[in-house]
Amino acid sequence: MLKLRGRIIKEGAVHGEALVSPEPIGFLGGVDPETGVVVEAGHPLRGQSVAGKILVFPTGKGSTVGSYVLYRLAYKGLAPLGIINAASEAIVAVGAIISNIPMVDQIDIGQIRTGDEVTIEGEWVTVRRVARARQGAEAE
Amino acid sequence: MLAGKEGPAVQKAMEIVTALGRIYGATDLVHVESVQVAGVSYKNLGEAGLLFLREWAREGARVRVPTMLNPAGVDLEQWRALGLPEEFAQRQMEVLDAYAQMGIEMTCTCTPYLIGRVPGLGAHLAWSESSAVAFANSVLGARTNREGGPSALAAAICGRTARYGLHLTENRRATHIVRVACPVRTEVDFGVLGYEVGRRVGKGIPYFVADGAAWNAETVSAGLHLRMLAAAMAAGGAVALFHVQGMTPESELDEIVRPDAEEIRIDSLAEGHARLSSPLGSIDFVSIGCPHASLEELRDVARYLAGRRVRSVLWITTARETRRRAEAAGWVQAIEHAGGHVVSDTCLVVAPVEALGVKTMATNSAKAAFYAPSHSGLQVRLGTLGECLDAAVQGRWSPRRRPTC
Repeated sequence: MLKLRGRIIKEGAVHGEALVSPEPIGFLGGVDPETGVVVEAGHPLRGQSVAGKILVFPTGKGSTVGSYVLYRLAYKGLAPLGIINAASEAIVAVGAIISNIPMVDQIDIGQIRTGDEVTIEGEWVTVRRVARARQGAEAE
Repeated sequence: MLAGKEGPAVQKAMEIVTALGRIYGATDLVHVESVQVAGVSYKNLGEAGLLFLREWAREGARVRVPTMLNPAGVDLEQWRALGLPEEFAQRQMEVLDAYAQMGIEMTCTCTPYLIGRVPGLGAHLAWSESSAVAFANSVLGARTNREGGPSALAAAICGRTARYGLHLTENRRATHIVRVACPVRTEVDFGVLGYEVGRRVGKGIPYFVADGAAWNAETVSAGLHLRMLAAAMAAGGAVALFHVQGMTPESELDEIVRPDAEEIRIDSLAEGHARLSSPLGSIDFVSIGCPHASLEELRDVARYLAGRRVRSVLWITTARETRRRAEAAGWVQAIEHAGGHVVSDTCLVVAPVEALGVKTMATNSAKAAFYAPSHSGLQVRLGTLGECLDAAVQGRWSPRRRPTC
């Protein structure tokens, strides 16, 4: 088990499965607001849904309207459960705040893999690696 | 405010302001004199944005400082006559209702500085329209970062913003010296120059120097030429501040150029012009007023159109207040008499122009030329006001003497 300390962007506590993107995410045009699925051409997460995941990515990008896309996802119950960034910027930070999504940044995101069980609690991020065979199964 | 004593709406606004302060390393907050909010057109906001604004207004969000709006997606009075879709117009009105509930002025313009909202030197602002931000910082010497829609709104609700970026003197020094060695005369030349420099410096701060006789400072108009330069630079890149030697208020300050500033030389505008303009013959739409047209431009258009009639759809987009003044002078009537439209509250970039059924556009704005293909699926020809009006009357392009560079 790994314990990482970051900086609070939106205070909160959540527990869920990590979905990790090595590339920045732009919500406007990058994520379908109706389904939560990443649609940006050539994006490493293309085709995967961010809904209910602890979404881990380096930083945000694109239009500031992206903040409202996060809000819309949250309204429909399709938002990520929590957000972890290496270095936060305004679009995703504002999106997380207005959508009540717990968020921390200044985390070494290279330590987290897709499928890991992650807990965000204030500035603390706890990572538990799930055995390969159990990946995809419901978290305990 | 952060603890929620002033209610959930203020608490959320303060959370946004302080989070941005943390992210960008601010040590305190600064009071803002005015706020200008982008994210007004339903075309950009969508259902999500509308939901959010309604919710925030319902929670009690109210602005504490004078706050203005960017253009909306329709002309609030003549959207039907202009052929804009009804469903869209309805949603747009709901967006404006939410903003009005918060106490925001329905200015609906990207050029508040042309309708008397002129911040003074050193005034701290939270503005979000990119061209207005670049103009206010550079030409007026005010201080604002390029705010997103929700962060500007948060600053308006708190009356303050985090002190970082362009609020601090040390961050206002030029990162690039741009030596311009070709003639830059018309509003199109200034726009193309801005677009090219924006592409090259990104978020940088350019310092313009006219080598030889690139321009004559006496004849450069802040209201037209520098407005076009600012708008194109903020669209081609993300420039929020620039200096022009001998012209802009901070250009003569000591050490205004960083010692490590990179040097760029502009010898020709031909390449930039070709990037923004296609050699179209037939022109079915002519758009003037990006950023929103000044009273002088409306006068020039009215004079040109006297005794003429347009074949293309002609839109002059401007602030409602400017339109009112032009109406008092009889210019709006003259333009309408010739078959043109003086359109307020909206603009080409944020209106659902695709609903007008037009395919080819002429404009004198490099910013409009940059956005129209991707936002509205239009092919664009770039030319001066005179060339664009010629095209409006003839329904096709007939070049005047080509620009010299």
